[in-house]
Amino acid sequence: MNTLPPKTDASAYNFGFLDEYAKKEIRRAILKAVAIPGYQVPYASREMPMGRGFGTGGLQLTLSLIGPDEVVKVIDQGSDDSVNAVNLRQFIEMTCPGVSTTTRTVEATLIQSRHRIPEHTLSAAQIIVLQVPYPDPLVVVEPSEDKRKTMHGEADYSRLLVKLYEDIVKFDEITLSHRYPTRINDHYVIDPSPIPRWDVPKINNSEALILFGAGREKKIYAVPPHTKAEPLAFTDVPFRVEHFHDATGNRRTCSRCGCDGSFLDEFTNDAGAKVYQCSDSDWCDEMLLQVKSWREVSA
Amino acid sequence: MNKILEVRNLSRIYGKGCALCIESTGPEADTNLCPHCGSVVAVHDVSFDLFEGEILGVMGESGSGKSTVVKNLYFDQAATSGQAIFYDAARQYDLFSLNSAQQRWLRNHRFGMVYQNPHLGLNFNITAGGNIAERLLMSDLMDYGAIRDRAKTLLARTEVLLSRVDDLPKHFSGGMQQRVQIAKALATQPPLLFLDEVTTGLDLSVQARILDLILEIQQELKTAMVVVTHDLGVIRLLTGRAIVMKYGRVIESGLTDQILEDPQHAYTQRLVASVL
Repeated sequence: MNTLPPKTDASAYNFGFLDEYAKKEIRRAILKAVAIPGYQVPYASREMPMGRGFGTGGLQLTLSLIGPDEVVKVIDQGSDDSVNAVNLRQFIEMTCPGVSTTTRTVEATLIQSRHRIPEHTLSAAQIIVLQVPYPDPLVVVEPSEDKRKTMHGEADYSRLLVKLYEDIVKFDEITLSHRYPTRINDHYVIDPSPIPRWDVPKINNSEALILFGAGREKKIYAVPPHTKAEPLAFTDVPFRVEHFHDATGNRRTCSRCGCDGSFLDEFTNDAGAKVYQCSDSDWCDEMLLQVKSWREVSA
Repeated sequence: MNKILEVRNLSRIYGKGCALCIESTGPEADTNLCPHCGSVVAVHDVSFDLFEGEILGVMGESGSGKSTVVKNLYFDQAATSGQAIFYDAARQYDLFSLNSAQQRWLRNHRFGMVYQNPHLGLNFNITAGGNIAERLLMSDLMDYGAIRDRAKTLLARTEVLLSRVDDLPKHFSGGMQQRVQIAKALATQPPLLFLDEVTTGLDLSVQARILDLILEIQQELKTAMVVVTHDLGVIRLLTGRAIVMKYGRVIESGLTDQILEDPQHAYTQRLVASVL
């Protein structure tokens, strides 16, 4: 018989939801991941009060790193307001009393993100945690994890390059839109999570620590600050990012803030026309403020 | 002539092995299965030398251990004991003491292998060109245009229609698959090539053209080859020297002409006499 009184308030949970042993283990895995850039460190992914595949890996990293003075930002595909981001943010607010949350990239010290890296260049004071569905880039060419480990150990990535070769043969260009295999520190190739190609150059020589957490696949890996990250490519067919040019060759701009240097989302408006808007909502808000202040100054 | 490969006392035993394995197997015992411990002595005490540009034949019946010899040398399997030294220009490699990364490097850069079954040598889910590209990428060629040119040159050289560079090998005929395999093996211009029953299962006219191709390549590139086959016609046509194996042991070795015209061992006599 359960004699404990039912607890419903937030204090029923340990700070950061995870127990201290879980945090300790994850922090150790993080240290190892930082020490061996790009290496997938296995860890005991805990059960979280949400389904695996909804960002449990990223959340466990965030909860192990968080302290009461942290300022957290949660992004889902660039937006702070989509369901996944809102729920994760509320969960963090509930289980980490004293932690403040923000939607502003520049104010955040810890950013958990699903499939985007913010447009703002991150600083050395910031950590970004990316949610990862498939940590191993070799999974598309080799089904056996045992063999994949040997391939990683020997830096044998020729079969990934053959995939790129076949892409060029078939489509005259590399058609990977996301999860672009990226070589870290001249050895391990990582799956940088489903970020668009646009974000891949941001990993290279980043000021901020970039952490990757795969909850379902139970892997943690990292790109430490100032580490070389090189997308796989051929010497004569270099890597390139999305270009967002229209048929006449003009760079499309955000329909809301007018920015012409950000990653754009395409959607259809009520009239059935294609509209483009910044994927990073905080960036878009900031650009909008700038435009307003310029107008006020000139008025 | 420069020596390319020196194999000494190569042995491969499947199973745990026992002290009586060696004496209770072999041609005299008429088995390769040890009656005491149940281990299979696939290869025992095989030694030979291979020189630059030479073709050495390894013949014998099914289960005589001839394929195991090349599989050990190509690192598909680990040898139980013995030594093999590969002489590459100024360098020497003691094959069985290398670590797996060094073995992989040698495999990708300096050796070539053509299997009887194209499924082993080719990836059927990527194009013929992609298969050759894989080997070139393994040997650190990172230029798409150069890879493409090289793949086309090799396929043209092995008489595969250039219009089929971007087709999957599973849509090819058996003879064409074998040509793609040869092209793939030759991609890095290896000084040493292993051919394991390359013409077995192909029809006679295709066999003849593949054998012609192998001879031309040997003349052109001075590639040393170890040819494993049970087909005496292949041995006669391709090889200068040969070894005959039975139950994992070498029972006869020497010049191919001598072995075929004047076989010494009873088994070889039977083998030569049984040619249709």
